[in-house]
Amino acid sequence: MTTPLVGYLLVAALLFAVGLAGALTRRNAILVLIGIELMLNAANLNLIAFWRYGPHPEALTGMMFAIFSIAVAAAEAAVGLGLVIQIHRHAQTTDLDQMNRMKG
Amino acid sequence: MSFVFWLVAALTVAGGLAAVLLKNLVHCALALTVAFAGLAMLFLQLDAQFAGFAQILVYIGAVAILVVFAILLTRSSETPKGAGIFSRTWGAGLVIAAAVFAVIGWAVLQSGAGLPHETGVPSVSVQQIGNALMGRYVLPLEIVALLLTAALIGAVIVAMHEKDGAK
Amino acid sequence: MTEKADQLFVLLKDWLVSFLPGNWQGVAGVILGVIGIAAIYPTLFALAVLMERKGLGRMQNRIGPNRVGPFGVLQPIADAIKSLTKEDVVPVNADKTVHFLAPVVLVVVAFMGFAVLPAGRNMVLVDMDASLLFYFAMGASTEVSIFMAGWSSRNKYSLLGAMRAVAQMISYEVPLLLSSVVIVMMTGSLSLVKIVEVQHHYTWGFPHWYILTPWGLAAFVMYAIAATAETNRSPFDLPEGESELVAGYFTEYSGFKFALFFLGEYLGMLSISGLGTTLFLGGWSAPFSFLEWVPSWIWFFSKVMLSITVLIWVRGTLPRLRQDQLMNFAWKFVLPMTLLNLGVAALWRFMGEGWLRWIVCSAILIVVYVVAGRTEMRRKHFGPRSYRYAE
Repeated sequence: MTTPLVGYLLVAALLFAVGLAGALTRRNAILVLIGIELMLNAANLNLIAFWRYGPHPEALTGMMFAIFSIAVAAAEAAVGLGLVIQIHRHAQTTDLDQMNRMKG
Repeated sequence: MSFVFWLVAALTVAGGLAAVLLKNLVHCALALTVAFAGLAMLFLQLDAQFAGFAQILVYIGAVAILVVFAILLTRSSETPKGAGIFSRTWGAGLVIAAAVFAVIGWAVLQSGAGLPHETGVPSVSVQQIGNALMGRYVLPLEIVALLLTAALIGAVIVAMHEKDGAK
Repeated sequence: MTEKADQLFVLLKDWLVSFLPGNWQGVAGVILGVIGIAAIYPTLFALAVLMERKGLGRMQNRIGPNRVGPFGVLQPIADAIKSLTKEDVVPVNADKTVHFLAPVVLVVVAFMGFAVLPAGRNMVLVDMDASLLFYFAMGASTEVSIFMAGWSSRNKYSLLGAMRAVAQMISYEVPLLLSSVVIVMMTGSLSLVKIVEVQHHYTWGFPHWYILTPWGLAAFVMYAIAATAETNRSPFDLPEGESELVAGYFTEYSGFKFALFFLGEYLGMLSISGLGTTLFLGGWSAPFSFLEWVPSWIWFFSKVMLSITVLIWVRGTLPRLRQDQLMNFAWKFVLPMTLLNLGVAALWRFMGEGWLRWIVCSAILIVVYVVAGRTEMRRKHFGPRSYRYAE
């Protein structure tokens, strides 16, 4: 295993930036959620990389954190997409630029 | 750096870029699946087998399908409105993302010497993970169970059809 | 002699690999294993297709194909030649890349599942600590390919079939996993090799297979139901029901791509039968201790083909379930039963050895099954049919 830690961290940072760009620039609500999933995945990669290269990998802290993060991300994706579906039913659109009023 | 790492990392980043740049939403979801698969391979390269397989099972097997279902259930007419796929404020978003990447990248490269070096391959058996989950991490486990139940009930209630005449 | 027959493939692999220098031996061993898997399982697929067509034909009171070869045994070859030479029609509006990649993804993922099944003593391609989790991860990935197939055809019926298929597969994923978790709990390991080794002991000639315990039998029944639904086989084959949706999500596929889908579906059946035999039927271990002289891989493949036979039998016998009926069944009946089964298995472990635990665990399972089944059925108002004749 000759890949230094810096490689993994840079990939994670790049993926995080891509996810953030997607969440901030796209018009559709679902793509914002896709961006959020990418960001969570990048954070997971960071966790696992630091776990592997850290001083005590047998304490399993990094992997546990990543597994809980996967579970929580799945739950949050489910609720978020349920909300998007309900908003679509109400407003007949998922365009975030048009949802700029609090009045229903 | 090994060739496999470069290949898989390029695949993951390409998948991520495609997921946020493509016009057709279902293509975005499929590119996201490719990014998840690439990440699972990166986890496997880091000797985190349980996390890698859990990533495939949960993300590709459930979250990607969920995203696809949501895309199909919220389809408006197929023709684009003429306003494009990027929001009005796309410039600010791009600048913020680039700034975040610059800061994180600078921090990573700056601390090049201070980062821990590679230790030996940790022998992580599933039994150790089980013991850890039931021993040291039992409180997060129970809280995650509660959270998942709440999310399940909440998602069903949020997305449920309202009864006719209930308004 | 029986030892040699048992380890025949392992010895063959070792002999072939010994021609290479030391560095290459590991890689060459794995490649030979892959070639073995790629040779054996499609052959079993051909055999399964033949069994299906002849067997279903007999069950439906007709002779199956009998023109090609004696009694029609060369029919799979004719099928293969037909599929390879048919014109590949792609709809004009179809999404070309996704349409092309869907069968590829299905076949790749179906083959990956075979890598962790122990086909005999020392005959597993990859021996991982978490091999059962790997298998389920591959199983979950087939849903993506089915969705890709249905959506890329730009056909409302294909999309409908794909959505139904994915919804069904997700619903039955949970009982499948939970009924396997009981086995993991009693074995204490996720490794399939260890699960088979634990089942390889004999008391008074009877094996310690998990199907021969009350919770194991219940788990096997639920696993079988969930496996039938996961592979979209009858009575759960509404997504590909020939009478409802033409062919469901692979309506628009013809020629070689259809052959790949067909191959993928049957490989899925073989692989889930393989997992079922590994988890419940003792994998490669013989039914009785005096039958140990038969090589282990013969037992494994016999049990897999037996499971395929039962799947074909069920297809020919039971009527198709409606979509809402099968989803109701999964979430409201099978899932609570699997959770109860987990509890019963834990009770079994804590009650210690003896005959009492057999009686208590069987009683709990049977009583709950009967009560829950009756409660579910009471709302359906079953009764003797009444006929109305035209006057």
